[in-house]
Amino acid sequence: MIEIKQLEKAFGDHQVLKGIDLNIEKSKVMVIIGPSGSGKTTLLRCMNLLEMPTKGALRVGDFQMTFGEGNVPKQKDILSLRRKSGMVFQSYNLFPHKTVLQNIMEGPVIVQRKKQEEAEARALQLLDKVGLKEKAQAYPEQLSGGQQQRVGIARAMAVNPEVLLFDEPTSALDPELVGEVLGVMKELALEGMTMVVVTHEMKFASEVADQIVLLDQGKILEQGSPDDIFNHPKEERTKSFLSRLIDPI
Amino acid sequence: MDDRSARLYHIFVESFLPLLKAGVEFTIPLTLVSFFFGLLLAFLTALVRLSPVTPLKLIARFYVWIFRGTPLIVQLFIIFFGLPSIGLTLSPFLAASIGFSLSVGAYGSEIIRAAIISIPQGQWEAAYSIGMTKNQALRRIIIPQALKVSVPPLSNSFISLIKDTSLAASITVTEMFQKAQQITARYYEPMLLYCEVAVIYLIFSTVLSSLQNRLERHFDLHSSNKGSRL
Ligand SMILES: Nc1ncnc2c1ncn2[C@@H]1O[C@H](COP(=O)(O)OP(=O)(O)OP(=O)(O)O)[C@@H](O)[C@H]1O
Ligand SMILES: [Mg+2]
Repeated sequence: MIEIKQLEKAFGDHQVLKGIDLNIEKSKVMVIIGPSGSGKTTLLRCMNLLEMPTKGALRVGDFQMTFGEGNVPKQKDILSLRRKSGMVFQSYNLFPHKTVLQNIMEGPVIVQRKKQEEAEARALQLLDKVGLKEKAQAYPEQLSGGQQQRVGIARAMAVNPEVLLFDEPTSALDPELVGEVLGVMKELALEGMTMVVVTHEMKFASEVADQIVLLDQGKILEQGSPDDIFNHPKEERTKSFLSRLIDPI
Repeated sequence: MDDRSARLYHIFVESFLPLLKAGVEFTIPLTLVSFFFGLLLAFLTALVRLSPVTPLKLIARFYVWIFRGTPLIVQLFIIFFGLPSIGLTLSPFLAASIGFSLSVGAYGSEIIRAAIISIPQGQWEAAYSIGMTKNQALRRIIIPQALKVSVPPLSNSFISLIKDTSLAASITVTEMFQKAQQITARYYEPMLLYCEVAVIYLIFSTVLSSLQNRLERHFDLHSSNKGSRL
């Protein structure tokens, strides 16, 4: 579904991603973990070109792009590639001037030019799925963080993306609200949605992930099944990262 | 009531309608026309300044620089008294409208530009993430929020403009202040007449700022984003 080859990203002369190779298969869930500043967010944002990679190649679905010197990406290509994925943000980023329903319909109606009624029916269906049908007419400020994030997920789903990208979707939430968001994500995973999730929720990772990738200093340190990573880590640095998570001092 | 008071009272009452008439015929239309075209210009200028087209950006910056950096009355004099010498003669009202519009455009563009910049980056990213183009993001997501942020400062500009139209007196527009000067010349009661005209300006700006409050409340009903960063 997503194929990343020798992907690099630098901000000025600060090399953040140093040659990433990754394959994300259809209907699988990949969880990306790693220390703060290791480049997790940057990697995720490169997948939908919110950050422009400086080198390498990226394929999402059937759309391929290569990056590098003298290779200025065309606006049209950026849009084509971006429209294959949906993104859920740490701080939700709902549109505050639109109702929940309008937030979800915005993509289908404005970007995909779907008919109003069709988009609305689909939006209500998605709201039902995330358990917020009764909030259709509310404004984002009237919702709790957990509810806002569930709307964020519905908004991302509404454009029928081939893959959903999550950047720490629960880390801005009060602990008691984390569960409702992870619950929705788990359900999507069970339905076969392809997902890439940056998270610190290790329980979620071990239960839901098909593959875990540990990023460290802009490189992939280790990847494998949850069992591989949590129970049989090969690298010393993986062990020390995981032990710091369990016993964070 | 002694004679002097009676005379003052008489002049006050006598002058009120002519002053109000000048206000309704000139001050208010001048304000509305200039604000309308000024806002259009402000909006265009702000968008140009945020666009990637360098030559246009330079022109926009030059325009704002000139009109913010020079006194309004000097601009009016150049337009009305200066332009005829290069063959462009404008009626006083038109000259004043152009001058005020250009001034509102310059200040307003800075207000709108600042409001657009104040919308959190996450709003752009959310718009892009659902596949929007830059124009769609601007039109559907950023500008509606930016407009709300710019209502209070733009309302201030509007109130200022009502008062600034009195400068049109200096280029022979018979707006309210010019009228007050004319009546003063007849009765020699400057204290009374200038206070009277001040009262009418106060009424105009009070009524119009209550409209502003209503506009702000209208925007408030439809969202609560105060333009704060997340
Ligand atoms: N827009 C930017 N400009 C300059 N440097 C940036 C930018 N975005 C990220 N960086 C840098 O890139 C590095 C990786 O950042 P990134 O946000 O990808 O890390 P992360 O793994 O997501 O960390 P965290 O767990 O704290 O979210 C950091 O050193 C950061 O300072
Ligand atoms: Mg991050």
